[in-house]
Amino acid sequence: MKALCRDCLLDLDPQVPHCPRCGSARMVRHTRLDRMDIAHIDCDAFYASVEKRDNPALRDKPLIVGHPGGRGVATTACYIARRSGARSAMPMFKCLELCPDAVVIPPDMAKYKRVSAQVRAIILEATERLEPLSLDEAYLDLSPEEHRFDRPPAASLAEIARRVESEVGISVSIGLSANRFLAKLASDMDKPRGFTVIDPEEAPALLAPLPVGRIHGVGKVTEGKLEAMGLRLIGDLQRQSPDALIARFGKLGRTLHAHAWGQGGRTITPDRDPKSLSAETTFSQDLHRLGDLASHLPPLAARVAGALERRGVSGGTVVLKLKTADFRILTRQVRLTGPTIRGDVISRAAQCLLEREADGRRFRLIGIGVADLHGMAEADPPDLFSRLM
Amino acid sequence: MKLTIERTALLKSLGHVQSVVERRNTIPILSNVRMEATDRGVSLNATDMDLEIVESVAAQTAVPGSTTAPAHTLYDIVRKLPDGSQVELAYDGGDGQLVLKAGRSRFSLACLPVEDFPAMSAGAFSHTFSLAAAELRGLIDRTRFAISTEETRYYLNGIFLHAADSDGLPVLRAVATDGHRLARAEVPLPEGAKDMPGIIIPRKTVAELRKLIDETGMDVTLALSDQKARFDFDDTRLTSKLIDGTFPDYERVIPTENDKVLEVDCKLFAQAVDRVSAISTEKSRAIKVTVDSGSLTLSASSPDAGSAVEEIEASYDSTAMDIGFNSRYLLDILGQVEGDAVRLTLADAASPTVVRDVADASAVYVLMPMRV
Repeated sequence: MKALCRDCLLDLDPQVPHCPRCGSARMVRHTRLDRMDIAHIDCDAFYASVEKRDNPALRDKPLIVGHPGGRGVATTACYIARRSGARSAMPMFKCLELCPDAVVIPPDMAKYKRVSAQVRAIILEATERLEPLSLDEAYLDLSPEEHRFDRPPAASLAEIARRVESEVGISVSIGLSANRFLAKLASDMDKPRGFTVIDPEEAPALLAPLPVGRIHGVGKVTEGKLEAMGLRLIGDLQRQSPDALIARFGKLGRTLHAHAWGQGGRTITPDRDPKSLSAETTFSQDLHRLGDLASHLPPLAARVAGALERRGVSGGTVVLKLKTADFRILTRQVRLTGPTIRGDVISRAAQCLLEREADGRRFRLIGIGVADLHGMAEADPPDLFSRLM
Repeated sequence: MKLTIERTALLKSLGHVQSVVERRNTIPILSNVRMEATDRGVSLNATDMDLEIVESVAAQTAVPGSTTAPAHTLYDIVRKLPDGSQVELAYDGGDGQLVLKAGRSRFSLACLPVEDFPAMSAGAFSHTFSLAAAELRGLIDRTRFAISTEETRYYLNGIFLHAADSDGLPVLRAVATDGHRLARAEVPLPEGAKDMPGIIIPRKTVAELRKLIDETGMDVTLALSDQKARFDFDDTRLTSKLIDGTFPDYERVIPTENDKVLEVDCKLFAQAVDRVSAISTEKSRAIKVTVDSGSLTLSASSPDAGSAVEEIEASYDSTAMDIGFNSRYLLDILGQVEGDAVRLTLADAASPTVVRDVADASAVYVLMPMRV
């Protein structure tokens, strides 16, 4: 049995009730704690937590993030609102029926994206193998090949949770196991501020009493079909032969069988490669002359070229972005004959686009991007005329 | 203005005229077609300020006059009228509306004053000569695919047409290149074209020309200055500004020292390239050509799709080599070869390859290899 203090990361004697160093009672214990390396991190009531962080007056009030008065659903209900039965994804009117005192705030996606990026940056320090599912949850791989710290995965996770709380100001729940399915299941077991470890060996017993709907991929329809077969609990599924499930559900049948026994995939696919790279600058005062605007292009193009080189990719399309003095954004793009990593090529293409737009309008921002990304090997294909120059 | 015209004739002419009109115009009058009815019929006129088209069509004019109306709308209406309709166009200036009647349909279109319609000053032309439509078509078809779309090298955004000397014979030569491939085609120099200025005909003009050629079996008369070119067909006159730039010294990039000669059946080659390129990545389109004595092997592989290999018979007796090409560029060229066999003259995997139609010495293509 191993144990770890979740607040000061001290290795503990599993028997002690409090951390001897910081006095915390929050600890994570497991016989095979060091062996689990696939984790799921879920921000607790993410949007609502961010809003409460930014407006402490809301902290003790039931809060629902969603469009008030609309016919839509609640995006997030805070934990106080949940006590009255309000839930995320519940129609707004129903939430308010259940929780009439709730404060309703429309979502500010730009802000949540920024906060999400902060959380992600903290996680990335521990592993680059991070697969975001949405703004507020992600899988991560902390196996020895991916984990960047020389300490047990659980210690890094506790540290991530601690830093997100202190640096970002919201809380997360963590699930740690040996596969994605169990990790996600675990993170959901002790929310908020939870840290749950599930060993695949103990999983069958733990799963047996849970309803089949807890299996990822089992929605209302499949649930109905399973129910019709008399299979209501995961334990019922465990008693089915894999062949019977496959015969009835095809590929999903195989997944059902595997998950019922606590098995699942371990592959974490990091953030998709970016589809474009860009750089932009806001002027200290609005510009309208072509020459003034154009003078910003070469350094921006050089930044884009640097980003291309770091990522080992080349760009086939150059995009010029301008923001007018009245904040309208316009983008213009041009496809190159061949992909490039060269700043001068990007800058020249952007200049061509700029010449058509610089008609006296005042602009407050200029940016250059490249899209249609190719490999480095395809960059700047040899040209018949390059020999002449 | 009041006239009656057959729907088919009007549709054909509007078809030519409306394609000169840009879809999006910041100057409203440029969206319009200018119509002028005279005793001889009606003339339709459209411009984008760089390219102007004037087309005359037979019509029964009741009241001579002129106006301008939205080209795309008019075209769309006429297109949807039943075949065989008689179309009446009337404009009396009173309410500024062009009234179009056909059968039981009646349309009123907002007009703009004909005085506002920009006329492209023709200027003086220094050279005038005639060319068979088929010859002009041959020059365009065998080169236009290589026109660059890259605006940073705007002087490559068209076909370079000039008088040249081909082994002692005076020729009219068309060249286009985007830096990755180059196409050069020539026809005997027509009378009157001697000493003509080298001109770069913009891509859009080339496209319009090509459409008009298809509908005329006759000669085309070209009138040139160093600023403009005018193309006269039977009933249509196209006047175009030229690209103001210097076409690069293309002769210097056509290799003359390549010594490895490969001859292959063009159709088989093209089909094999097409098949193998199914595997090459959508983005790079790279295929590898491996030549060895008597054989030609095409191959492609991509990390996602898999790999493909195809061997075809070929005549080759130099040292074996591998070279990569953009399959689409290669197919563009092979598509222009009318003879049975194509000849590739190679140097090495990093140098340009020369492609020729064995049966036709009047065209030469240069293809830059890709790294594979």
